[in-house]
Amino acid sequence: MDKKLEPIVKAVQEKFGATFEEFRDEVHLFVKPEQIVEALTLMRDEQNFELLSALTAVDYYPQEAPRFHVIYQLTSVAKNLSVQIRMPVNGSSPKVPTMTGVYSVGVWRERELLDMFGIEFEGHPDPRRILSPEDMEGHPLRKDFPLGYEEPQFTFNFDEIGSLKPFAKE
Amino acid sequence: MSQIEEVSIAKFKHLVSERALTGETMLLNMGPQHPSTHGVLRLLLELDGEVIVNCIPDVGFLHTGIEKNMEAKTYQKAEVMTDRLDYMNPLGNNLAYCMAVEKLVDLDVPARAQGLRVLLVELQRIASHLVWLGTSGLDLAAMSMFMYCFREREQILDIFELVSGQRMMTTYFRPGGVWRDVPVEFEKAVRDFTSIFSKRIDEYEKLLTKNPLFIDRTVGLGKLDASVALSFGVTGPPLRASGVDWDLRKARPYMGYEQYDFNVPVLKDGDVYARYLVRIQELRESLKIVDQALNKLPLGPVRSANRKFVPPPRSEIGVDMEALIHHFKLWTEGFSAPKASIYSAIESPRGELGVFLEGDGGPKPYRIHMRTPSFDNLSVLSQIVKGHLVADLVAILSSIDIVLGDIDR
Repeated sequence: MDKKLEPIVKAVQEKFGATFEEFRDEVHLFVKPEQIVEALTLMRDEQNFELLSALTAVDYYPQEAPRFHVIYQLTSVAKNLSVQIRMPVNGSSPKVPTMTGVYSVGVWRERELLDMFGIEFEGHPDPRRILSPEDMEGHPLRKDFPLGYEEPQFTFNFDEIGSLKPFAKE
Repeated sequence: MSQIEEVSIAKFKHLVSERALTGETMLLNMGPQHPSTHGVLRLLLELDGEVIVNCIPDVGFLHTGIEKNMEAKTYQKAEVMTDRLDYMNPLGNNLAYCMAVEKLVDLDVPARAQGLRVLLVELQRIASHLVWLGTSGLDLAAMSMFMYCFREREQILDIFELVSGQRMMTTYFRPGGVWRDVPVEFEKAVRDFTSIFSKRIDEYEKLLTKNPLFIDRTVGLGKLDASVALSFGVTGPPLRASGVDWDLRKARPYMGYEQYDFNVPVLKDGDVYARYLVRIQELRESLKIVDQALNKLPLGPVRSANRKFVPPPRSEIGVDMEALIHHFKLWTEGFSAPKASIYSAIESPRGELGVFLEGDGGPKPYRIHMRTPSFDNLSVLSQIVKGHLVADLVAILSSIDIVLGDIDR
């Protein structure tokens, strides 16, 4: 671990009882959903992590507790440091607090997570889907969502496959 | 999707002002089919006369599920998807992906491959900035810029065709090095380009930098504050034009960027003109790096010798049993990565291009997320266009330099 990171990791550990993992010099801190807003505020205001570089999630289906990890990749421009905060989330239709008040990155990125993983952020100012159509069902980046393909239409089965397609006929 | 629905204002109630509900202000759709939105981007504008009150960007028209598709492919095969993300910067995307895989499996890259990667990525940065310069000139009615910029870009694409066989979707960088060494004509082609390009930048500047019409339409427009930019995750030239000195090539050098002598242009104004000046200066800095990389380019192998991850050359397969086994294993099953996750980022022409990669011990990525800079850079648009005219929105949008393939993935 980078020497400059040690006091920061220690501070978060003491305050939130967070555990941490290390891989290839990257530090992953685990923080509970109810503490996430407080933890990110601490990182931004006291530890100079001004930039939330990436906000994404991983689905560990069929595992249920935790099913998702929401990942906050923080960057400090002033100190040139990076740290990753992971928030384990349980259950298939989770609701977690929004952090748009801390980093405005969340205004779009949390919409992306809602769209792709079905993770709801309570208190989000604009909770709509962002990339897929509004009337779409399911959340594509979940592991139980099939990759899917379209069967090619040939002359012998053109009508049969055409009748199954969802677009308007008239 | 079997019936056509009428779009009602109720859906956007929380995003527009109350005056829109009474009909005092007008809602106007700009795009998705509009030449100035640089792709399929729809902007829902709330207008008071010609002044923008609110701007609601609507993205996702180009969404192709690249992240989902990559999860179904092996590490080698998933790379072709990255070319299709940011189609103005395919080599940069290849580099970001290869660096992530190399970090995850702990793979070395020979010095010559590193030099080639830096050289080609900087040429790609020039090509990308040229498209930006040409199209934003076009948006501001400086039509000749477009012609001049695409003339030079063509020369760079010819170099890419020379080394990889493709002008745009190159997939030239591979985990552990590059596809194969560059041909003998490469050096002359690059020198031909670098010898003329410095003068060409002077020509562009003569047309725009002190042009009163251009200054009228850019200075003071779309002011972006440094703290707002950081909060919205804006990176790259828009951030540096707002006075934050943050360039990953300098801050966290990768691929041997520390060997090259270059500056990071930073300006304080944060308006459209400052973003223009930052990119113009970046063209010159990139040209300096290309020159140095070509002069310093070491001789030697272009692929790692670690046969567990990099396929052996064809000549070895006929004489070496071990090589044949490796070849067979790599092209049927692929190589496996540990059950762990990493995040690695590069400085693309648009900002921080990050790759979050998680392996599960098998030959396919368990989860891959591309942190694309255009997505976050565009999210700040609605903040900086308020109070400007519709005609100026075009200038502000082009100064952010978005690529819709990069946003929608």
